[in-house]
Parts: sequence; C-alpha cells; structure tokens
Amino acid sequence: MRKTRIDKGRGYCLGIESTADDFGMGVSTPKGEILANIRNTYVPTEGGIHPRDAARHHADVAANVLEETFTKSCVKPQDLSTIAFSQGPGLGPCLRTGATVARALASYLNIPLVGVNHCIAHIEIGKLKTGAEDPITLYVSGGNTMVTAFDAGRYRVFGETLDIALGNCLDVFAREAGLRQKPGLPFGAVVEALAAKGHRLVSLPYCVKGMDISLSGLLTAAVNLLKQGKYALGDLCYSLQETTFSMVTEITERALAHTGKKQVLLTGGVAANKRLQSMIKSISEEHDARFCAVPSEFAIDNGAMIAWTGVLAHDCGMTTPVEKSSVKPRWRLEKVEVRWVTQNSQP
Amino acid sequence: MGNSKLSTVIKKGAEANLYLAEWHDRKVIIKKRLPKKYRPPRLDEQIRTYRTVHEPQLIHGAKQAGVPTPLVYQVNVKEATIIMEFIEGKQVKELLNGQSEKERKHVCTAIGRAIGRLHKNGIIHGDLTTSNMILDPEERIVFVDFGLGEKTDDLEAKAVDLHLMKRALQSTHYRVAQDCFNAVMDGYSSIIGLGDTREVLGKIEEIESRGRYVADRKT
Repeated sequence: MRKTRIDKGRGYCLGIESTADDFGMGVSTPKGEILANIRNTYVPTEGGIHPRDAARHHADVAANVLEETFTKSCVKPQDLSTIAFSQGPGLGPCLRTGATVARALASYLNIPLVGVNHCIAHIEIGKLKTGAEDPITLYVSGGNTMVTAFDAGRYRVFGETLDIALGNCLDVFAREAGLRQKPGLPFGAVVEALAAKGHRLVSLPYCVKGMDISLSGLLTAAVNLLKQGKYALGDLCYSLQETTFSMVTEITERALAHTGKKQVLLTGGVAANKRLQSMIKSISEEHDARFCAVPSEFAIDNGAMIAWTGVLAHDCGMTTPVEKSSVKPRWRLEKVEVRWVTQNSQP
Repeated sequence: MGNSKLSTVIKKGAEANLYLAEWHDRKVIIKKRLPKKYRPPRLDEQIRTYRTVHEPQLIHGAKQAGVPTPLVYQVNVKEATIIMEFIEGKQVKELLNGQSEKERKHVCTAIGRAIGRLHKNGIIHGDLTTSNMILDPEERIVFVDFGLGEKTDDLEAKAVDLHLMKRALQSTHYRVAQDCFNAVMDGYSSIIGLGDTREVLGKIEEIESRGRYVADRKT
C-alpha cells in the first residue's frame, strides 16, 4: 500500500459519525489504534427518531463531544492529518450536521476531508477489532440489515431486507408494546431481556426470499397478536427474536455456503444480542468458519469506525473535496471502490 | 433411505446437504434437510417439513410447465429427505463469466423463457440464482432447488422472483449483469407477452424502490 504524503499533523484521523440517533467522534492513529471513541445518543421522548430533532441534538452536543474526544485521546488539533465523516447512508438532517462539523474542522485546520460510507466503516472496524481478513458480514442495525462480502474491488451485497431493517422491526414492536428505552438501554436490550423470559413459540410469518428477507409482514402479524392480548409479552418477544434471527441466520449461512469464506463478522446495533450471536456462531462452526463478534462499543454506530476507515481511504489517496462533500442519504456500499482491500486476502 | 448407498456430500448448503449416491442402480442426489441447531426445534421442524413437502410438488409442476427439472424418486417427510435424479452438466454459475457475449445471451434468453413458463403456470422458483441452473449435455437448462418456491399467480411474487435473479447476477456476474438480465427479460417476454412483462418490470421497479438506500427512490 502506497502511503500518501502527510502534509500536516501526525497521521491521526478524526472521524465523525452522525447517520441516525448517535453522534460520535473517534480518533485513529495511522495503524488503527483507537485513541478515543466518544458518543452521545439522542433518545426521543416518544415515538421513533425524528430526523430534525436528532439533528438538533447532534448540533447541540457536537462541541462537547469534540472537546471530550481531544481530552480522552490526548491528541491536539494540530496532530490531526485528516477529518473523516459519515457521508451516508442515513438520515439527511443528521448526516448534514456531521458533515458541517467535518467541513468546518477540515477547513479551519487546513487538512483533507474524507467522506466515508457508514456501512463500509462498520465492516472495516469489525475487521480491525476481530482480526477478520475477508469475512462474510452480517450487519444488522436500526437502519440496515444486509449480508455482504468483498469481491473484485468492492463489498457486494449478497442478501438484505426487502423492506424494513431488523433493528427497526424490534424497535417498532417494542414501542407498540408500550416499552421504554433509556440512555444505555436501547429497545433491543429491553426486548432481549423480555425474550429471555418467554419460552412459547408463537407462529409468525417466516419470510426468506432467496438470500433476501422481508420483515414488514412479520412485524404487522406480531403487532396484531400483541393487540389481541392472548399472549404473554415475553412469549411474543421470544417468538419475534427466534423467527427474525432464524431468518437472518439462514441468509447468512446461504452466503457462507455460497462464497466459502472462512470468517463471519457480526456487527451493527443488533449484534449486541446474545441470542443472535449464538445463532451466527452455530452456523460459523457448521461451516468451519471463525465467528467474529465485534465488541459492542465498535458494533454500534461510532466515530472510531469512521476515523479508521478515513485512515484506510486516505492511505489510498482518497479524499473528498469540499464541493463533493454533500451527504448521500441513500449511498449503497457497493457503489464504493474499496482500494485498500487487496483481492489476495481471499482464501 | 431404502436401498440407497450414501456416498459423498457434494454440497453442504445452508438449507440442505446434497449427497451423491446410488439408488437402485441409478445415480441420484439425496437432498437432506438436516436439523438446524440455531433454530428452535418446533420452527426448525415446520420449515424442514414444509419445504420437503412443497419442493417435489413444485418440481413436478415445473415439468408440466415445460421446464426441465430432476425426476423425484422418493420423498421421506419424516426424515426431510428427497431422492432425485442426478443431473449431469455444469452449473450456469461456473459457465457464465467465461462465455462469449453470444453464448451468454443465448443461455440467458433460455433461462428467461424457462422462468416465463414457470410464472405462466403460477410457479415461483424462490431462489433464482445461476447456481440453481444446470446446463446438461443436451444443452437443456435444468432448474433445481425449488425449496423456497411457492405456487401463486401473484404479480408481486413474480417480480420478487425476477428481482432475485437480477440480484444474483449482480453479485456473482457483476461485469455482465445488466446484459444478462436484459437477455433474461427478452426470453421471459417471448413466453409471457410484452404487456404482462411490462407490468412485471414495473413491479420490479417498485420493489427495488422500497429497498434501503436506493438512489432514485421517490420520496
């Protein structure tokens, strides 16, 4: 890998993440040592994430998060060589807030800006933290549900949801059930705790279409059952988890069987779920692949993953001039040419 | 499994294991849906039973529709096992990338015609990838693995089926995906007719626009 010349600083990259409800900043050294990973999460008082409210939250906390990032990492602004930011995909207003902060910092410090694809950043930090080289990745969060693997210069999507994301499905169900999330205790964790008390499997539509899945019909069915009041909430949470997790596990196994890769990376907010981890571990073992669970701090949306991917991209000479730095709310990961991964890492 | 000699695992898939075996002096494939440890036993049994029962029915239906499929010799629902004809030939997945443009177009048009016949007869394959199509020595394209299929005349189901075909082409044959898919649709419309094909294409577009992060989604 040819190193691009570092004009200023010590090669450190500051990454800014703001695709949805998390506003995060992280600092990575050129070798991928994460010096800080600070996050502040917007928790709506009711309902789901309102993009404008979330963006306002991000703008409010940005200065504090930045200060905390510098303090925690013991990095001075002049040590930074690049500013990376989540350019998409995500919620427009939230992305724009992060991008604005990034542009301001880059222009003030007069260092390059690197626009990073959020989904790719999840995979890259996962590889960094688990040592996976060429994994099948199951990325499951509130906004994304996909199975991807690297092939011929890009991350390719092998399977994904045809409608809503897995985390979204769990969140909506939890809200319909009148559950509350708290800072540090997202809906997913609340559902997981309730599911642990359930044991009766209530039949829900199991919808695998090739390597894709569909969750919206299942969610409707689950909410209808909830409103009938015939079933214990624990049993419904248990059934919801078992059925949806079985679906994503099945498509992950399909991709694994199809590509013959030797590592399986589980990441995204839903990756924190122990039951899902055990399912993915089971299929990994079945196919003699190594199961790589990304540590929770780096599996949920975070600034460190953006910083590290910024380092990788910048090393390959990829920077984003300000005039091309507008956000891309619907930026699919296979659109990105991934120059820092070489095909010879293939098994 | 009666008089079969279980020999080698030829494919350890996600959904089932395939064994190459000899059964009454025939070379057969034994498709066994093994229990999946990750699923709760009840859900696991439901899924395996459902697919074992439905797959032979769809294979049979496809044959009636004029699409070559393996002969089914024996079904054992309790064991979730199907014994079927072994198809000699090569997976289209292995062939496509190395073919000339003309050959590729020829194969893809034939695939499209076969899909057209299935859909015309209310059969949804459910997993249209190039690894589920085998070009046999007689140059026929044999469709296998109907485990995720269903019987329906629903427009949405047909469109999803073709959408999956397109996605499979994009992930495995990305360099030629668009040409291949166009040829598939040419073949498809020669069976279904232009009007209905246009309707299906419109639906595919709608399904794709529902997907996550589609650049041209209308909001």
